[in-house]
Amino acid sequence: MAEQKTSMLLHLHRRPWFWAFAASALAFAATYALTAGSGSGELLAATLTFATFSAIVGIGQMFVITMGPGNVDLSIPATMTLAGTLSLKFMDGATTLILPGLGLALLVGLAAGLFNYALIRLLRIPPIIATLSASFLYQSLAIWWNRGLRIKPPEALSDFTTGSVLGLPNLTIIGILIAVASWVLLERSLFGRWISAVGQNTRAARLSGVPVETVKALTFTGSAVLASLTGYLLASFSGGAALNMGTEYLLISIAVVVIGGSSIAGGNSNVPGIWGGALLMFLVVSMLNSYGLGAGVRLILTGTIIIAIVAAASGRKDCA
Amino acid sequence: MQQATEAGSSPPARPLVALSDARMAFGAVRALDGVSLTIQPGECVGLIGHNGAGKSTAVNVINGGLTPTGGSVEYSLPDGGTGTGAAAARAAGIRSVFQELSLCPNLTVEETIRVPHHDLSGFGWRKTARKRISEALDRIFPGHGIETGATVGDLSLAERQMVEIAAGFAEGKMAVRLVILDEPTSSLDAAVARQLLAYVRTFCSAGGAVIFISHMLGEVFEVASRIDVMKDGKIIASRPASEFTQQSLIDAMGHVASTQAEAATRADAENRLGEEVLTTPEGLSARRGEIVGLAGLAGHGQAEALARFFMSRSAGMRHTKAPEVTFVAGDRGRDGVLPLWSILQNLTLTTLPSLLRNGLVDRSAEDGLGKDWKQKIGIRTDNMSNPILSLSGGNQQKVLFARSLASTAPIVVMDDPMRGVDVGTKQEAYDMIRREAEAGRTFLWYSTETDEIVQCDRAFVFRNGQISAELVGDDISEENILAASFEMHEEAS
Amino acid sequence: MSGRYRILLPILSLAVLLAAVFYLQPRAMSYFGLNLLFNLAVPIALATIAQMMIIMVNDIDLSIGTFVSFVACVTATFLNETPLLGAGILLLSIMVYAAMGALIHIRQLPAIVVTLGMSFVWAGLAVLLLPSPGGASPGWIRTLMTVKPPFVPMAVVACILIAAVTHLLIMRSATGTLLRAVGGNTQAVLRAGWSVTKLKAGAYALAGLFGVLAGMCLVGLTTSADANIALRYTLLSIAGVILGGGEFVGGRISPVGAVIGALTLSLAGSFLSFMRLSPDWQIGAQGAILILVLAVRLVFARNGNRWKEAKNG
Repeated sequence: MAEQKTSMLLHLHRRPWFWAFAASALAFAATYALTAGSGSGELLAATLTFATFSAIVGIGQMFVITMGPGNVDLSIPATMTLAGTLSLKFMDGATTLILPGLGLALLVGLAAGLFNYALIRLLRIPPIIATLSASFLYQSLAIWWNRGLRIKPPEALSDFTTGSVLGLPNLTIIGILIAVASWVLLERSLFGRWISAVGQNTRAARLSGVPVETVKALTFTGSAVLASLTGYLLASFSGGAALNMGTEYLLISIAVVVIGGSSIAGGNSNVPGIWGGALLMFLVVSMLNSYGLGAGVRLILTGTIIIAIVAAASGRKDCA
Repeated sequence: MQQATEAGSSPPARPLVALSDARMAFGAVRALDGVSLTIQPGECVGLIGHNGAGKSTAVNVINGGLTPTGGSVEYSLPDGGTGTGAAAARAAGIRSVFQELSLCPNLTVEETIRVPHHDLSGFGWRKTARKRISEALDRIFPGHGIETGATVGDLSLAERQMVEIAAGFAEGKMAVRLVILDEPTSSLDAAVARQLLAYVRTFCSAGGAVIFISHMLGEVFEVASRIDVMKDGKIIASRPASEFTQQSLIDAMGHVASTQAEAATRADAENRLGEEVLTTPEGLSARRGEIVGLAGLAGHGQAEALARFFMSRSAGMRHTKAPEVTFVAGDRGRDGVLPLWSILQNLTLTTLPSLLRNGLVDRSAEDGLGKDWKQKIGIRTDNMSNPILSLSGGNQQKVLFARSLASTAPIVVMDDPMRGVDVGTKQEAYDMIRREAEAGRTFLWYSTETDEIVQCDRAFVFRNGQISAELVGDDISEENILAASFEMHEEAS
Repeated sequence: MSGRYRILLPILSLAVLLAAVFYLQPRAMSYFGLNLLFNLAVPIALATIAQMMIIMVNDIDLSIGTFVSFVACVTATFLNETPLLGAGILLLSIMVYAAMGALIHIRQLPAIVVTLGMSFVWAGLAVLLLPSPGGASPGWIRTLMTVKPPFVPMAVVACILIAAVTHLLIMRSATGTLLRAVGGNTQAVLRAGWSVTKLKAGAYALAGLFGVLAGMCLVGLTTSADANIALRYTLLSIAGVILGGGEFVGGRISPVGAVIGALTLSLAGSFLSFMRLSPDWQIGAQGAILILVLAVRLVFARNGNRWKEAKNG
């Protein structure tokens, strides 16, 4: 057993998620050095909190990407916005409605996910197009519902989302719990096996009795539900829902999957890497901020990093 | 064409293409095992052989699509020199017309010729293209009725095949000197096929050369000046067509399989078989405990019939612990193996729903099942958690067998599962199939190898997507299968 | 759907929409009214053609919206102040497009992810150029876009011109045919001895070229630019191609149809505002139109197949 542990430590760098965490640590050190050690506690808390949002949507996106080429959920930002605005308006600051509000947000996600899948299945169109066009409907729905008002979340909810336990932000705890549950789902459950089988070879999976359509439906629904949860939490955290609150999470959700070492060709994903990627993405942004670089450079850099990683990592898929 | 005529007028001319001792291996499979042949201008060579004899590999080596792993291929170029490689094959005027359509369905008939004819460009290219393709169509299929402006995807299957053939014979900047026709009449009706055969004769008598592959023996006799018979990657007979008869060709292609061992088991078949458990729209039927073979040349609708049957008995939405039917893939890469997984994970995929504890996969139960089948079916590995791709093809195939047989499904569908599998493994698999059948399982077994069909209780021979013969018991012989697979002259006319 | 009738559905939808607009707002039936209705159609049509080039080779470009925004920013700044440098930058960006196409093919990358990544690069560059709305249109572009030809407004003339030129380029020329062949059957093109990498890079370069034209025209109309000016072009361009009878795979596209699709979409905006539909729903309506078109086409395709089967027996 002890031997196994040492060998596990020795082979740590072979894990797909290792590099994401290593790079995150480097970025943290660089930012820390730049700010001369002042406010490292805040930096850590901010990093963990913001990484949580990326991690949760990233996990949803990861399940979708695991299903293989062409499977991407582009409706994540719109679903986040819709769930955030709808639930905040519903709660209208009333503490008693916190849980029903959460229920509503998740229901929005469920409906969006099922709608996405219905479009893919009924219109027989690629998931990108289905989720892209559906996202515009969700976006419109959110605009119409919101009417430009910014409704504050219930105070108790707001306190909860900004609070922390033993230095660990509450949101991060939720994010870690979701990650653990997803890890179990992906690595240990029947559904995890099925989704990986579909991603490796959909035809072979179907011929081996895997209910491919059910797997697809559940995956797109799961991704939308996680997006709606993130929308609810993000809106509560930032003191109200904004119509553009989801925008940046489209690229981030894909980026954390790629950076985390999951294969863009499908079938091979890992959950720890999502957290590594999420931490790295935020740290890169805050590092560039502390170097005084503006939004423009940040955007260029994130885009370039994604393309570089995809070009380096995916390459030709060797088919047996 | 001018060059071709010149070359034809001065025999013995240089061969258009010369293979000497060409060898081609895909992994352990030797698809070509030392083939030497030459094609002279004016020759029409009929190339025949049973499934897996190496015809298509030979064709791909001749047209430069594959570079042989041993031996040499040499083309004579129009300028008098010789060359090797795909570019030289094109320069030498070698064209292929494949069975799987290589047209672009989104282009029009005249546009399709832009892809092979590199010289078409600039103003007026379209007029030239139209002239080339319509001339070829008129020449080969007089009265064809195909508009050159029609989109290929909108044409019927037969029309598409006509366009493809015409594109192969169309004159461009480089003269057409050798055209390889692989099952060119598979979608043509009899009258149009006759036009093609007549044209092939004209083309060859004018000095062109053709390699003609067809399962219609009558057609081969009609056009071929020489017939080469392939078997096991070798050319085993090469004689002028007049020295063969249809019967001697079939005899040359086949060999006598030992059927004695099977006879004993078949004798008690009547007692063993139960009630009828399946019938399909194509006319397949099987009884409980029966091994039903699907025979015939590859690509004549057997795999499609199996896939249709499997899909009709399993759904994409529901899952079940007790599937009605399971599938053993033969094209492992496309239909069976999940390349990123371990041997164990590949093996348990179908049975996984019955290996759950508290909603999660019970790993010890999974290990147990793996150990069981490793021993039962003899998978040669020291550790079932090794990647599936670390196994040889034969052992991968055993895993796919185990994946199906480990389930409780009463019907097992097998899509030519012994492709590229070594003899030892095959024998083990045969024994296992027989044991399972005796225990009451029904097998639908598509095989391209006659030895395997001979082991079945009943066999359906497919030709052109339809069942051309149903053979039972001792009638299942190589001779009968070959006769039903190939269309004889009497039927063709 | 049969190739010959591919163009019917787009023409029909444009005609129906145009009739509805004229019915709701008879004053639109004039030189001035038409100019107003189709004012923004020219850049959308050009962006749609750019997207069509990518869809032609079986990929999808999710960066076209930010790319057009970037070009608009370059046009309103560099091209206006130092024309030579501006032209150089635009030329370079076309080459970046070509390189992207080559990279996607050589490494067999998913076009969605690469173009999505590029969309952030273009957006970043645009923000660097114009952090806040501003800049000015070069005079000659402005003049070109506001020309008042007799009888028919500029927007309509320009769209007819775009349709004609791209039709010649893609549907009639030898090179265009080869590019469509890549979408139709890549293997066949490869087997015939062509370099698919070069062809794909060419298709992407054409997309870059038309994206540049779209950005320049847009600035000519709006007289200034900002970094988010054309973000919605990504969806509009995909919708335009599909509305125009194009298909996602198989190289089945129609430049004339794409331009008509773009016209229909820009008209749909005007129509929705005539319907007094609140601007909240404008974006959603575009998504809904795309879904509707795909649904209608599915019905057409099914009927078409049934008809074809019956014909072929």
